[in-house]
Amino acid sequence: MNGTRDARARILARIRAGLPRDRDDGARAGTVRARLTNPQRGLIPERAKGERSALIDRFVANLEKEFGTVARLGDAAEVPGHVAAWLAARNLPARLAAAPHPDLLALPWADRSSLSIRFGRANPDDAASLTACFAAVAETGTLVLTSGPDHPTTLALLPEAHLVLLRASRIVGAFEEAWDLLRTERGQADVALPAERRVMPRTVMLVTGPSRSADIEQTLELGAHGPRSLHVILVEDEG
Amino acid sequence: MLATSPAFTENAARALADAGLQKALAATRPRFQDKRAKAYAGLPEFEALRDAARDIKNHTIAHLDLYLEAYAKSVEAQGGQVHWAETAEEARRIVLEICRRAGARTVTKGKSMIAEEIGLNDHLQTNGIVPVETDLGEYIIQLRQEPPSHIIAPAFHLNREDWITTFREKHAGLPADRPLAERRDLLAEARSVLRERFLAADVGITGANLLIAETGSSVIVTNEGNGDLTQTLPRVHIVLASLEKLVPTLEDACTILRLLARSATGQDMSVYTTFSTGPRRAEDIDGPAEYHVVLLDNGRSAMIGTEFQEMLRCIRCAACMNHCPVYGSVGGHAYGWVYPGPMGAVLTPALIGVDQARHLPNASTFCGRCESVCPMKIPLTKMMRHWREHAFERHLVPPKFRTGLGAWAFLARRPTLYRLATRVAIGVLGLFGRRRGRFAALPLAGGWTGGRDFPAPEGETFQARYARQKRRGAQR
Repeated sequence: MNGTRDARARILARIRAGLPRDRDDGARAGTVRARLTNPQRGLIPERAKGERSALIDRFVANLEKEFGTVARLGDAAEVPGHVAAWLAARNLPARLAAAPHPDLLALPWADRSSLSIRFGRANPDDAASLTACFAAVAETGTLVLTSGPDHPTTLALLPEAHLVLLRASRIVGAFEEAWDLLRTERGQADVALPAERRVMPRTVMLVTGPSRSADIEQTLELGAHGPRSLHVILVEDEG
Repeated sequence: MLATSPAFTENAARALADAGLQKALAATRPRFQDKRAKAYAGLPEFEALRDAARDIKNHTIAHLDLYLEAYAKSVEAQGGQVHWAETAEEARRIVLEICRRAGARTVTKGKSMIAEEIGLNDHLQTNGIVPVETDLGEYIIQLRQEPPSHIIAPAFHLNREDWITTFREKHAGLPADRPLAERRDLLAEARSVLRERFLAADVGITGANLLIAETGSSVIVTNEGNGDLTQTLPRVHIVLASLEKLVPTLEDACTILRLLARSATGQDMSVYTTFSTGPRRAEDIDGPAEYHVVLLDNGRSAMIGTEFQEMLRCIRCAACMNHCPVYGSVGGHAYGWVYPGPMGAVLTPALIGVDQARHLPNASTFCGRCESVCPMKIPLTKMMRHWREHAFERHLVPPKFRTGLGAWAFLARRPTLYRLATRVAIGVLGLFGRRRGRFAALPLAGGWTGGRDFPAPEGETFQARYARQKRRGAQR
């Protein structure tokens, strides 16, 4: 749009008019380039640091503080049985919309023939969903969900119950560590984009507990528009 | 949005007499303060993070032209579009055009203060497009046709009874005898009514808590998940953001996010902090096909290089108003425009003119609690003082006040005369007030004595007593 191109020029000109007159634009451009191409970490709080087992425990404690629930399983093969029991205990139908993620497709679903499972995006009437997750952050008990063909975003939003398979090795201490994982592991994703632009999927959702609202009298109620319950199935995969 | 800020004095008087509002303010304000205090105590690095966050924003603003160019390039490289809007009117026109091209009939909205600032809902409605607010607080005030009274809790001024009455009246299709007494009943009803609107919407409009130059991402922070549904289900996602929301990198965003929810609601993190980057990818199986960012200036670029530049660090956490005794007494509507409380007292005059908003920088006791809790260390009281000076210089202050201030300034610059005048005044007041110890009325101070008694001085000025005690100390 031509109008907004003119607007852009005028806005930028006004900003420059307010900046110090004696500025060195060459040096400023260098500073900006350096900061963007080589992002530096800021202050990382102590609560984001520690031994592996301490970080895993802290992730669990922080998520539970925010009303998420966690089950720790020793073997991924136990997941279908656990999911079936979890749904039954809450009087939910034995039906599941699941993300077409390799880790989930590989599970022994056939052993649980009573549980019907559909891989794909969520439908509005799905009561429960199961997804994998990219990483989790111990600092605040936060799940890092990245959108993609193996993770339709709607699965984390529409159903009343959201179950998440998390491998213990994917728990990091600080948010910054999750960004580093994204930067190294997604280098090959999104081949349609130029190489330096492949880091971010359409969405990265940082999820800390089930949906809630405090808009009525500033008092917390769970289950606003998103899931009423968030259940993490933590599978130990470290020595 | 039409400003009633010029009528702040009348608005405030009405608010003080509003029993329902006073009940809501008294019940809810301590909750925000307690929660923030707990979150603060839980993070020993909080003060160091405040300094770091301040430095990030100062650096960004000092390079804002370059970071904005880099940001726009990143968005476009991911298939998104950036629309630059100088004014509220331009932003409205751009949004309407995108909606029309999408053939939109209904639009869902995540909470956005920029949408309030540009008066978007009225504009869409006038042009035949139905905007549906999906944040629970925004939803009820849309039903009641009221503006928000708080920047993160729009329905801060309402009590549960107000919710029940409004839902019974506006959700007319539902059984009249359904239970609505509990908060969870209200929440469940809103969830099911709004779920249908989410699924039917053609365009989703959200705000942005942050924009990231490195990746071209916009970030929204919500607890309900409404913002995520708003931007995921429709075919088109529009992000409304003002240009000072920018930070350089994902790392910089983390530093600010560590402060935002803790300062706002006292959570370590809000439930959903979502980074959105461009439209759906070719291989994705859900998400919007178009991603637009409307980048609004509306007076902000003109604040750079002025004494109000530091206001551009604000991240809209609302800690300042949650701790402000004036906001706590009159609520948000009295301020008369989009942004209430201390941050509004500084920002509103910059955006709509000090002639419209000259009362707001006076709506402060200068106790400084706003500054002490501001995660971005914005010197709010200093800037309110600057606005008072501007209002005085531009003759916006009524003649009676100007004369009074002029007389005081004349005396204050002449110490000998000042001491003499105060000695006489205090002596006279002390003499007349000796018997009762207070005055129920005083000439020229009717505004002060209208609400309380003026204690009678003991007959000696502070300066005189101070000098006397110092002499006595020296003799010892």
